[in-house]
Amino acid sequence: MQIVDRRLNPKAKSLGNRQRFIRRAKAEIKEAVREAVKNRKVSDIGSGEDVKISSKSLREPAFSLDSKTGSRDFVLPGNSDLVVGDAIPKPPPAGGRGNKGSKDGQGEDEFVFSLSREEFLDLFFEDLRLPNLVKAKLKSVKSTELSRAGFASDGPPSKLNHVRTMRNSLARRIALHRPSLMTLERLEEEIAKAEAEVPRDEDLIEELRARHSRIIQLRKTVAYLDPLDLKFNRHERVPKPSTQAVMFCLMDVSASMTERLKDLAKRFFMLLNVFLRRHYREVQVVFIRHTNVAQEVDEETFFSGRETGGTVISTAFVEMQRVINERYPLSDWNIYAAQASDGHNFSDDMEECISILETSLLSQCQYFAYIEVGAPDDGPYPPSEVWEGYEDLTGPHANFAMRRVTEAGEIYPVFRNLFSEEKSSKK
Amino acid sequence: MQINPTKATSRPLFDGADWTFDLVKKAYDAVEEIGIGELELDIYPNVIEVITSEQMLDAYASIGLPRMYRHWSFGKHFVRDELNYRRGSQALAYELVINSDPCINYIMEENSMTMHTLVLAHAAMGHNHFFKNNYLFQEWTRADAILDYLDFAKSYVSRCEELHGVNAVEQVLDAAHALMQQGISRYPGANKQMSLARERERALARHLYEERSFNDLWRTVPKQRSEDKPDVDDVTPSGSSSQVRLPEENLLYFLEKTAPKLEDWERELLRIVRNLATYFYPQRQTKVMNEGCATWTHFHIMNRLYDDGQLSEGAMLEFLHSHSSVTMQPAWSDRRFSGMNPYALGFAIMRDIERITTEPTSEDKDWFPDIAGSGDPVGELKRVWAEFRDDSFILQYLSPKVIRDFRLFGIHDEAQYPHVFVSSIHDERGYRRVRQALAQQYCVSTSDPDLQIIDADLQGSRRLVVSHRVRNGVMLERANCERTLYHLARLWGYRVKLVEVDAESGKVLKEHENLRMP
Repeated sequence: MQIVDRRLNPKAKSLGNRQRFIRRAKAEIKEAVREAVKNRKVSDIGSGEDVKISSKSLREPAFSLDSKTGSRDFVLPGNSDLVVGDAIPKPPPAGGRGNKGSKDGQGEDEFVFSLSREEFLDLFFEDLRLPNLVKAKLKSVKSTELSRAGFASDGPPSKLNHVRTMRNSLARRIALHRPSLMTLERLEEEIAKAEAEVPRDEDLIEELRARHSRIIQLRKTVAYLDPLDLKFNRHERVPKPSTQAVMFCLMDVSASMTERLKDLAKRFFMLLNVFLRRHYREVQVVFIRHTNVAQEVDEETFFSGRETGGTVISTAFVEMQRVINERYPLSDWNIYAAQASDGHNFSDDMEECISILETSLLSQCQYFAYIEVGAPDDGPYPPSEVWEGYEDLTGPHANFAMRRVTEAGEIYPVFRNLFSEEKSSKK
Repeated sequence: MQINPTKATSRPLFDGADWTFDLVKKAYDAVEEIGIGELELDIYPNVIEVITSEQMLDAYASIGLPRMYRHWSFGKHFVRDELNYRRGSQALAYELVINSDPCINYIMEENSMTMHTLVLAHAAMGHNHFFKNNYLFQEWTRADAILDYLDFAKSYVSRCEELHGVNAVEQVLDAAHALMQQGISRYPGANKQMSLARERERALARHLYEERSFNDLWRTVPKQRSEDKPDVDDVTPSGSSSQVRLPEENLLYFLEKTAPKLEDWERELLRIVRNLATYFYPQRQTKVMNEGCATWTHFHIMNRLYDDGQLSEGAMLEFLHSHSSVTMQPAWSDRRFSGMNPYALGFAIMRDIERITTEPTSEDKDWFPDIAGSGDPVGELKRVWAEFRDDSFILQYLSPKVIRDFRLFGIHDEAQYPHVFVSSIHDERGYRRVRQALAQQYCVSTSDPDLQIIDADLQGSRRLVVSHRVRNGVMLERANCERTLYHLARLWGYRVKLVEVDAESGKVLKEHENLRMP
């Protein structure tokens, strides 16, 4: 007989099968991810997900017998009061009872499993068509720092925790009755005294000597410091806390913004959120919606609430400025803003918008991104009021980006400036 | 069953739940002393491998073989099992054992020392003895070659993936898996004892031949018919009808030898799947016996350890708790019911054999005159383990007492009625009928659909005709049948027809044809 420890074998041996499985069901999984993105909050984009997919492409067919045809005899256990000839109604077809019905899991039309954070983001990004380099950057949480995480019973000497170690040592010495140095010295004194006395009491000396050697022996057996006592400080790597950021999501919610446009906007907000979370330990998200009045709302209302009214964008800027002034002092917070709209605004308002942006907001923001969402079949159309107005800003302000988007894949380039900036600043 | 008095005072092998390699070794020695010393089991040498729960899930997903080739379906089972396990709706088995020589036993690191001892008694002794001695395993599997063969299969599949692309390999494997149950030659004589070691050499020879004779120029020449290629051995299909023997129940074998369009490596993949199907065939036929044998063995060994003082009271209670949950049989009306529990049934019948040989009642003397009171329970059980499979075992040894204990009753089910009828219960008139019906239920050759290739036109239309012998009016499940036919047609390369023929009257009941050509 032989015992082999296989626990240290390379992990994730199943990875190959898992990748093959995900590849196989990719279309369904992507659909599920898309669905999940709809139901997710902008702020929890970065976690794994249990997804439910239809098992259509995952069928493993085999020839099997149809339990709804022909006749059969079988045996069941646990008869309570049935006698020969009794009739038992068949269970409704759905829940195949017994060993006949549910053998091959024919009924499973849905298949639930969980995607890891990486896999989820992979599929999310795939929709957005990010360049691979960017994907790798977004997913990795590289910079970490050490933080205290309790104590361990082994570790390098430099991390020895003296207080804990000595406490253990003391407790052990007391528990095992290790004679203290004082006891030993006192005994040695007694021996010396007994030896000096005349006449010498040989019996007493003998007994004291015996006690002395016993104590020496005991002190040797029960060590002062035993490997058992050692306690070490334990540290864990935790993601490095950098400063905090707040992200403003501004969106026009007037009637012209359809569900589809809002969904596009949501992806845009999510991507910005993923990006920010890589850089900042804490990212807060503020949602401001506007028609001809603007208000700060929670996420639910932001995406689902309906408002009627005209469109005055500057109201949102005023609201944003108010929130910044009240809650997010510039010294403590990095401010990012993402604005989504279909490009309509009261033409009178544009001047006001530009001036607010130029005078205050743009200088306060790390980055201000604007996307204009539209239907793909709108075709080339005259630039909207907002687009025209903003175009002048792109030149002088490096932290301002704008983009017209008709489908999810076009969102990414909005961030391109941002990433390239980061790259160059690193060099 | 006598307790050895000199040992009654021995100290417990371990106390507490924590295990170490030394303790496992010690427990194994104690278990082996009873298994081999007292019961005189005949086993393959054991290898105990300690694995994590993730590795266990992995092994689960690959139909119990941890060195399986890669395929998405294993990934599918893995992610589902993993989710269930994480949610706590599914517990993992305590053990996994491979029918190989040496016999590999997996034990999971998070189990307690008691559970490890139980697993050693259950798998390393019980299953191991069964694998080595049961006639089906002796006839159908080569325990000394399976591990090598799995390694070969794994590397062969991954090499095919490199050469021909993951997709191409996946398509062939998907199709082969769909036909896996039709990849076995069931009837006596058909199964020429194959040597898996020879299999591997054969494939290597073929590969070497290809490498030696590889000439890049030939790729530019229009493709030759496979018939013209020089043969390495008898495997390359000749395509001539003289070699085709019909009817043929082994669909995969037939395709491997005669499918006109398959490449050599595709044939080899079919062969791998076919060999694995054959390897698993005995297991499917001996679920009750195999688990019964292992459960009886662990029960005996654990009790003996306890009697000898080698198990503490606590460990014994822990063992009894898990033993009784493993051997629980919920009643048919219970929400937890999911068919007969092979552990419960097998264990009950084997305990009953033990009882009949030592303390027979007058009923037993009527029913089992040969063994009643023979006084040699272990000898009798060993004979049973060696010579029976589930259906014959139940037919021979299911006693009225076990039928009464389980309160078994027979059901007759006609598809057209909204009710099923009780056809027999545990009374004098019913015993034999219940026994007959339960045995039938475990007979693999009647519970699998009976399919055969009856015609293959190799010269003309190249149409393949498969027949299903319909017994008792039970037809094939339509949707599944059509999807499987699609796979069959993909391998065959031409149209495939499936006719369902009534076994008694010979009347054609239904025809399926794959309309959508792959």
